[in-house]
Amino acid sequence: MVMPAEIPRAEPGFEAAEAPSRDLHERLNAGGPEREAAVVELHALLLKAARFEVNRRRDSLPHLRGGDHEDLAQQSADDALLAVLAKLDQFRGESRFTTWAYKFALLEAGVKVRRRAWQGREIPLEDEAWAVLADARRGVAHETETRDLIAALGEEIERSLSAHQRAVLVAVTLNDVPIDVLAERLGSNRGALYKTLHDARRKLRVALAERGLGVDGNDRPEER
Amino acid sequence: MNQPHDRTDPARILARTLGPDGPELSCEECFAQLDRYVELELAGGDADGAVPGMRSHLAGCPACDEDHESLLSLLGTE
Repeated sequence: MVMPAEIPRAEPGFEAAEAPSRDLHERLNAGGPEREAAVVELHALLLKAARFEVNRRRDSLPHLRGGDHEDLAQQSADDALLAVLAKLDQFRGESRFTTWAYKFALLEAGVKVRRRAWQGREIPLEDEAWAVLADARRGVAHETETRDLIAALGEEIERSLSAHQRAVLVAVTLNDVPIDVLAERLGSNRGALYKTLHDARRKLRVALAERGLGVDGNDRPEER
Repeated sequence: MNQPHDRTDPARILARTLGPDGPELSCEECFAQLDRYVELELAGGDADGAVPGMRSHLAGCPACDEDHESLLSLLGTE
């Protein structure tokens, strides 16, 4: 693993060049000093994006001090740099190279901020979700259709889903646990947990449709 | 951004638990197409026509939706 200390950093005040981003991609694929300079330039771009993201999400990190935000941005830029350099051959030129690279920094920073915001917090128990559903039912006590739909939804969450599907669906959709945080706690990843969530949602739609409570009218029992 | 939500809002509960209707991209496909999609959006192009399933995925996946909003905002500052 490349340690952050080995990652080339720009001098303070360095601004990414205004040269066309395709040039940067080409220079990253070159060798020698030209590539080294391009890597420094790329890191500066990624740091700009990471700082932007950390700053956007500053409200979710009220317990952090100013230096902690910069540390998060630096770590995000360092990790994004490694990811971008490892995937350079996957850039197809369908967007500007800078746009393609930025998304790696934003992803790293977003995940780090969400995980830091949940550091030391337990994942809420499923009981909290049942309380949410109960409150929702009480809130629409006079709206029979919606009340019955919410009640049936709760029943099908308990009845139709596997334990893993229920845990993921309840945490992410009812208890507002960020999927990246849940993935870290479960030793999984965003894509795998979203697939679980997607399958759980399909099951719920089909189950509700079988009870005559389909939401959009497009769910068929044979989809199960 | 990050306004507090009413977790007991029935419409929000149904939207989040049942997700979007119809086909959608996976998180991996979303990430692979995100840069192209956002540039098309900013250029006023037919982003949803060019990347079918992206809009549904963003509606169903809060994390990818946040990444999308962030890239859109970042490019909007340039």
